[in-house]
Amino acid sequence: MRYSIAHETIYDYADPVSLSQQLLHLTPRQVERQTLIEHRLEISPQPAHRFDRHDNFGNPVSMLEFDRPHRQLKISAHTQVEVAARAQRLDLEHSPAWDDVATNLGYAAGRRYDEKSLQAAIFRVESPFVRVKRLLGDYARECFPIGRPLLAATHALMHKIHREFTFDADATQIATPMLEVLEKKRGVCQDYAHIMLGCLRSLGLPARYMSGYLLTHPPAGKPRLVGADASHAWVSAWCPANGWVDFDPTNKVIPDTEHIAIAWGRDFGDVSPQRGVILGGGSHKIKVGVTVTPS
Amino acid sequence: MASLSFAFFASFASFASFADKCWYSLAQESNLDFIVSAQLAPGEIAPPLLASIDRDPLRYQELFDGDAVRPHWRELIADLERATPLQMRHRQQFVTRQVRENGITYNVYSEARDTQRPWDLDLLPQLVDADEWRALAAGIAQRASLLNAVLADLYGPQQLLRSGMLPAELIFGHNNFLLPCQGIALPGGTHLHVYAADLARAPNGAWWVVADRAQAPSGAGYALENRQIISRAFPDLYRQLQVTPLDGFFGALQACLQRLAPSGDEAPLSVLLTPGRFNETYFEHVYLARQLGVPLVEGQDLSVRDARVYMKTLGGLQRVHTILRRLDDDYCDPLELRSDSALGVPGLLEAVRAGHVVVANALGSGVVESPGLLGFLPRICEALRGEALALPSVATWWCGEEPVRRHALERLSQLVIKAAFPSQHYARVDGSTLDSAGLAELRARIEARPHAYVAQEQVKLSQTPVWQRGKPLGKVATRAVSLRVYAVATADGYQVMPGGLTRVAAKAGAVTVSMQSGGGSKDTWVLADAPMASIRLLPRLLGVRDVVRKDSWLPSRLVENLYWLGRYSERSDNLTRLLRALLARFVDHGGSGPAVACVLDVARARTLIGRKPPTRTTLVDAVHRTTAGSLRDTLARLYWSATQVRGRLSQENWRAIVEIHREQLALTAATPDLQGAMEFLDALLMSVSALSGFALDDMTRDDGWRFLVIGRQLERLQFLADVIAQVLGQPAIDDPATMESLLELADSTITYRLRYLSAPQLIPVLDLVLLDGANPHSLSFQVEELQRELGAVAADYGDGAATALQGIQRTLSAINLRALEDAANGPGGRRGELARMATQLVGLADCARAIAEQLALKHFAHVTDVSHSTLSA
Repeated sequence: MRYSIAHETIYDYADPVSLSQQLLHLTPRQVERQTLIEHRLEISPQPAHRFDRHDNFGNPVSMLEFDRPHRQLKISAHTQVEVAARAQRLDLEHSPAWDDVATNLGYAAGRRYDEKSLQAAIFRVESPFVRVKRLLGDYARECFPIGRPLLAATHALMHKIHREFTFDADATQIATPMLEVLEKKRGVCQDYAHIMLGCLRSLGLPARYMSGYLLTHPPAGKPRLVGADASHAWVSAWCPANGWVDFDPTNKVIPDTEHIAIAWGRDFGDVSPQRGVILGGGSHKIKVGVTVTPS
Repeated sequence: MASLSFAFFASFASFASFADKCWYSLAQESNLDFIVSAQLAPGEIAPPLLASIDRDPLRYQELFDGDAVRPHWRELIADLERATPLQMRHRQQFVTRQVRENGITYNVYSEARDTQRPWDLDLLPQLVDADEWRALAAGIAQRASLLNAVLADLYGPQQLLRSGMLPAELIFGHNNFLLPCQGIALPGGTHLHVYAADLARAPNGAWWVVADRAQAPSGAGYALENRQIISRAFPDLYRQLQVTPLDGFFGALQACLQRLAPSGDEAPLSVLLTPGRFNETYFEHVYLARQLGVPLVEGQDLSVRDARVYMKTLGGLQRVHTILRRLDDDYCDPLELRSDSALGVPGLLEAVRAGHVVVANALGSGVVESPGLLGFLPRICEALRGEALALPSVATWWCGEEPVRRHALERLSQLVIKAAFPSQHYARVDGSTLDSAGLAELRARIEARPHAYVAQEQVKLSQTPVWQRGKPLGKVATRAVSLRVYAVATADGYQVMPGGLTRVAAKAGAVTVSMQSGGGSKDTWVLADAPMASIRLLPRLLGVRDVVRKDSWLPSRLVENLYWLGRYSERSDNLTRLLRALLARFVDHGGSGPAVACVLDVARARTLIGRKPPTRTTLVDAVHRTTAGSLRDTLARLYWSATQVRGRLSQENWRAIVEIHREQLALTAATPDLQGAMEFLDALLMSVSALSGFALDDMTRDDGWRFLVIGRQLERLQFLADVIAQVLGQPAIDDPATMESLLELADSTITYRLRYLSAPQLIPVLDLVLLDGANPHSLSFQVEELQRELGAVAADYGDGAATALQGIQRTLSAINLRALEDAANGPGGRRGELARMATQLVGLADCARAIAEQLALKHFAHVTDVSHSTLSA
């Protein structure tokens, strides 16, 4: 599948912003089965300085600095990407027992870590937006009987979250604590992803946060609306046999050709599409429009 | 002496009381010198000093070896035994007074929190002998190098994690392990510029490390302060024992910052970054910045442009090369680290990454503070340095490792449980204090998330002698003691401060030492065994070409607060004068008549009092109220702006401001009555007018001072113009009572009396308050001063301000008292002339406001702008 994606973010400030620094995660990284064909950023006003580099997870990141007073900031990312279908179906039952995976990643004196397990270990602990708590482990426990294959258990957890949580754009904000989300059982894709990450990590399993886009399907007979989509978030779980395997708890699917990844990190904070600090500005309005068009 | 200028500008009465205080303090000083050199008076018997001292046989005794006093303590004990009770009382009083003076500062800073506590300094120094110190210092230096190497590995190749010498979850799970710092090359490979270890002495006399301090070790400033006090309480003994001085350490820290500064050919600029005045050790930040001679800044004083850090100063942006930080790791950069931090510097990490600034200690160094590391260090030391760890840590078990956890859980009731990560906000728990249910709950907690907990042996701290004050003859008692020792990175390895911060438990028999629960501190004396060769580097001799006459690094925030300090001081003065005049007129003349009317109108225009005819109650309320614009509100603002510029004020000036603040606060509890209100105003007028004395005579005349003076002049200009305009509209303009009121509000009564020796009349009064350039309370005097100071601050202080100032000058020169005299002949003409003059003055006050706005725009517009984070999905 080939996609054209437009991601536009407009900030309107009540007062002039005199200094602004922005950290962008808008350029898709290299991912298996996904090829970047074209990508460009349109930025207005022109930044005084721009640094492009990769962050410590290997995601492309752009840092922008604006030092002239401005009342509006507009950043548009235009991306063309090709996503290949999975070569063969995942066999969830053919994966190692989850408890063996957790135990083997744990520390024992003199146990050596290869590169892959060391990388996985980064995603096994608490991070700023994802807590590791007994409560989360207990919530997930019924899906994780001792000896159950890791991917089958994770798949069951994805279904449990999808079943028990209600998608509600007004219930939470970025700063809503996870345990509150767990109690309310309402939220958006970031909340679904954070809850699932918290459950897996509380059981000692590595899991990372995926930021990207999702192809949506307009109602039958209706045209695709420009800007009606949003950025999306899902989860990737680590399995020693299969590598990283994606799960989307918001839509209870294992992503294949309709998810386009931009970046991964420990949680939303590591890879939020646009993170900034501004001086001045007063109150501001933000408008985000995403359009994913199959071509 | 600065305090004398205070007295000079206040009245004679206050001079007398101030002189009393001066005499008192001088007497104390000279007493001390006398006492210290005095011998035991004949016939006076010293109490048996150590006869009844309490000793715990299970603990190491710093003072005793068996029943004998250890050799390095003997001279101190002999000195104490020789001293008369009076001598000891004076020594104690000296220390208490010194501490109280600093304690005032400390308390006032933490006033908004409940954590305030006075700094408690024991009279007796902690003594460490030379041989013992050499071994200890070598151990500290080794440990600092080792932890620096651990950090270099964790933020570099991570061999320690790959080889299983350190657990990945202990490092990656720590909120101060900053992933974005991975792979950044640091100048000199230095992560730990300053390191500190908390030490305890085991019953067998060996020193153990209880905790490592690696982010921004606090307390070195307090150690220096303790030294300055205690060495003066025992000056002879201090010389005789050849105590190693501490200042070399601070010189080495300065040199470290200079050496690593990526400044190229520029002179390197270092700053000390503080979280601000609410931090519990803020006093130390102020003190340390002064000792090191670096500007003290908050996050908002710094700005990152093009991956370079700048300080916002009056003269524009000034490049910063090194930042000595007192901010926690994850708070340092809201752009890449915690986005909820308002304390940090957005973009700082990018500047570090680009190598354009050195942050000391390096960002992310806090990860090695985790007690979870302690158990792994001996093997790491062998592996990285090929030598044994010289200083052992207290036995510590990280619960993330299965067999270790089992061992710890079995002995839970004898151990102390600590969090591995600060983000857990989990206070240490002493297993021996728990019942079986508590132990079971703790066990479940650890088993649910074992890698986040650490079990540690309960340390039996050694005991050291302390001086108990308050006893009639003084008495030596013992307390549990711990020691914090500091090291600084030099070009040839770590240099250890010869001394440190000794902390003692609050109560006899207490087993732990904690400053939070009221423990005290001691000066730490490291004794030299032989005449000491000076190992300290002599500072380079400064010559004529090095003379600095200008503070080129004046942070803009400081300048704005000095300006407001000036404005609020003057405003307090004006409002106090106004209210005092109002209350006095009411007492003398009742609620009506020309004498009251004029002052009442001025007070009403400032909404100090309502429209209804004044009564006792409403007048007292005018003094007591705290609404916006009221006298007390102004005093609170005066105090706030002074706290912001604390480092720029002399001790005497600061104390005067604290005193005003106390009096203002005391009014809250006072019963509102007219007599009390008047007494308050009388005393206040004296105190606030003293502030102008400090402004004139007690501060260096740099640009910061100029802004303070400009603030005062603008305020006075505005007040005078407003008041005169209002008086000109009074029906009873020719009544001497009206003119007297104007003279009083303009603080020009004495001058008028000296000149005219008669009841005040309109034209001479107006000349005195408007045009007389020799009267420091006239309008024209303010304008001239303003022109000079504005011109000195900057050649171009803004076109807007220049235009507004010219407007004022034009208005003032257009005021023609002769026209007023001539107009008196025509009927109604005089009223018209007065009204015209009033309008001119209102215009003049507007020009003063315009100058203020222009200054704010040009010099401190950014201060009110606070950075905030934005996030989008």
